[in-house]
Amino acid sequence: MSTSNGFKSGSTLERMLRAGHFAVTGELGPPQSCDSHHIREKCGHLKGVVDGVNVTDNQTAVVRMSSLGASVIAVQEGLEPVMQMTCRDRNRLAMQADYLAAYALGVRNMLALTGDHQSFGNHPTAKNVHDLDSLQQLRMLKELRDEKRFQCGDPVKGQEPRFFVGAAAAPEAHPVEWRPQRLAKKAAAGADFVQTQLVYNVPAFKKYMEEVRRLGVHEELSVLVGVGPLKGPAMARHMRDHVPGITVPEHVIERIEGAAAGIPPEEKAERQKAWKAEGIRMCIELIQELREIEGVAGVHVMAIEWEEAVEPIVRGAGLLPRPGV
Amino acid sequence: MIVGEQKPLEEITASLGGARRVVVAGCGTCVTVCLAGGEKEAQLLASALRMATALAGAPVAVSDVTVQRQCEWEYLDAIRDPVKAADAVVSLACGIGVQAMARHFADTWVVPGLNTTFLGLPEQQGIWTEQCQCCGNCMLAQTGGICPIARCSKQVQNGPCGGSENGLCEIKRVVRDHGVPVTRTDARGKQVPVTEDVECAWHLIHERLKAKGRLDLITGLMPAKDWSTSRDGGPRRIVREDLLLLDEG
Amino acid sequence: MKPDQPAFEPELTAFTCGYCAYMSGDTAGALRVQYPANVKVVRLPCTGKTDARYLLAAFEQGADGVYVLACPIGNCHHVRGNERAKARVERTQKLLDRIGLGGQRLGIFFLSGGMGESFALAARTMTERVRGLGPSPLRQGIGNRQ
Repeated sequence: MSTSNGFKSGSTLERMLRAGHFAVTGELGPPQSCDSHHIREKCGHLKGVVDGVNVTDNQTAVVRMSSLGASVIAVQEGLEPVMQMTCRDRNRLAMQADYLAAYALGVRNMLALTGDHQSFGNHPTAKNVHDLDSLQQLRMLKELRDEKRFQCGDPVKGQEPRFFVGAAAAPEAHPVEWRPQRLAKKAAAGADFVQTQLVYNVPAFKKYMEEVRRLGVHEELSVLVGVGPLKGPAMARHMRDHVPGITVPEHVIERIEGAAAGIPPEEKAERQKAWKAEGIRMCIELIQELREIEGVAGVHVMAIEWEEAVEPIVRGAGLLPRPGV
Repeated sequence: MIVGEQKPLEEITASLGGARRVVVAGCGTCVTVCLAGGEKEAQLLASALRMATALAGAPVAVSDVTVQRQCEWEYLDAIRDPVKAADAVVSLACGIGVQAMARHFADTWVVPGLNTTFLGLPEQQGIWTEQCQCCGNCMLAQTGGICPIARCSKQVQNGPCGGSENGLCEIKRVVRDHGVPVTRTDARGKQVPVTEDVECAWHLIHERLKAKGRLDLITGLMPAKDWSTSRDGGPRRIVREDLLLLDEG
Repeated sequence: MKPDQPAFEPELTAFTCGYCAYMSGDTAGALRVQYPANVKVVRLPCTGKTDARYLLAAFEQGADGVYVLACPIGNCHHVRGNERAKARVERTQKLLDRIGLGGQRLGIFFLSGGMGESFALAARTMTERVRGLGPSPLRQGIGNRQ
């Protein structure tokens, strides 16, 4: 059955964006085991707080329960997944087969990613697939939904998968000048929305959005900015030094560090509490600042292994309760 | 050209089985140029094998012979006698030459002395880098002469991905010696592999096309690749009818 | 390497360049400097001609130890030949370890033409080192050489 009212997928995220509301998505990583209760617990923290939750796909090339399986569990818990699919582990046959299953089992958002190289993970001797790249995956998703055709051209006889299609964007990755063009390519390929890499550097992000607006891409797809609470100065420095595509201005590091000023070094728990509280405060302020940028349609909150932080952040930013759509 | 690297000596000696007379066969083309399997290397390996087997208490008679190219039957015909006189041949040719020898001398035990690694280019003497993956459908005209299939770690055709930083790929390459990862002791006393930076092919493509004013070539979507022209379609074969000499009468 | 065995006189082969290294040998002679007699000298045009095949051939022919004598780094008469010699000696030392003979039996020394004492010192150093390692297990000659 096709969705009515001109919706592509009818997912909550899509409805939220179409209604003009500032959208909020979250993220959860499936367990490295068959223990589905981990997913159910994380869903509990995020239900009613986000419009969709990203379910990662063997993130950092470490084997976890598949994003398809974990997404189905999320559906069971009443929390809409944004299922992530990388190009690293599956060829176009496996991808399309998983799309069919995912849609049949209630998944309505699909995020196309290239995927971290397997040398980062726990199976570095594996063969990497990369039959397609993320843009070719976007085109495949779009043609399945809008033209009811498999990648080979064969028609889908029966229900086609109708996802709200997402992609990732890295505004500060290099070459920086090419990134808005690459976003334009993703829009043309079929992305309905993108979630950016974590942003801590607002001026750099504003510059990116300026060019994105000049190219008109903000009208072709919805930009959700990646935000994440810092747990402390060590995490801030790690982001700055070791994660490609993230710059952290010095004043951000100084501010989070300063939150534990006056607490003696031996009182580790107290210091961490102070840093975390400041991290949440800073994230709230960041969201409020990003909302003012023309072309920003929402935020993607990544509270890595700290899902309990999402609710206070979204509440503090004035985004709760989530509007009904 | 084809680039290879010698296998560790222990691996070669182990693969000889119980051979008492061995010939080390060098090849005068690619593996000579990458200083892995030419005449010099064949002589050196023969010497090393004589010494190693003598020290192990079971001396093996090892001689060497080198031909211009091991992948051509006429060159192999010329060394039929020394090969027939041996129990085993260690071929220092690339994988093609090893197989050609094994096919041409079907009764002889032929083992490889090299790991054939990649199709590459000598950046300078002593440094070779992978350049071509033999995908069978060359797209170099679209990428300014830089191949993303061979030189992008994820074979992305609409790159760069989000991991490109300062012209480098997000991954680090493990450094190997004779195929074995080289390790070092880290700050915590653990043995970790030695790694080196990898260039981001898409950074190079963007730079080259920008300099030539041809960014239009990568502005549009490069559609899904047809991998059937590559090894994925099965082992490949080319026939040129015009070059075949048909049997007369 | 058993300490109770009678000391043996190591047979050494020294590959020298035709400049500093060979001259230092002449100087040693002129200065009547004593050095072990069991050193066979092979003169190369430059240590840049050092080839692992020559080094291994010396061992195959029964040498207990082998060393290269070269001009000082930065002063090679052919500019950088001695650097190539050093790199090849180091690579051959690793190969000798894999072969099972041991890379310690191979060395390289750098000296200039007037250093007669150094020529003798190199010979004495290698002799003592190899004496400690014992005769080469290949000393009876390799029956499998062709």
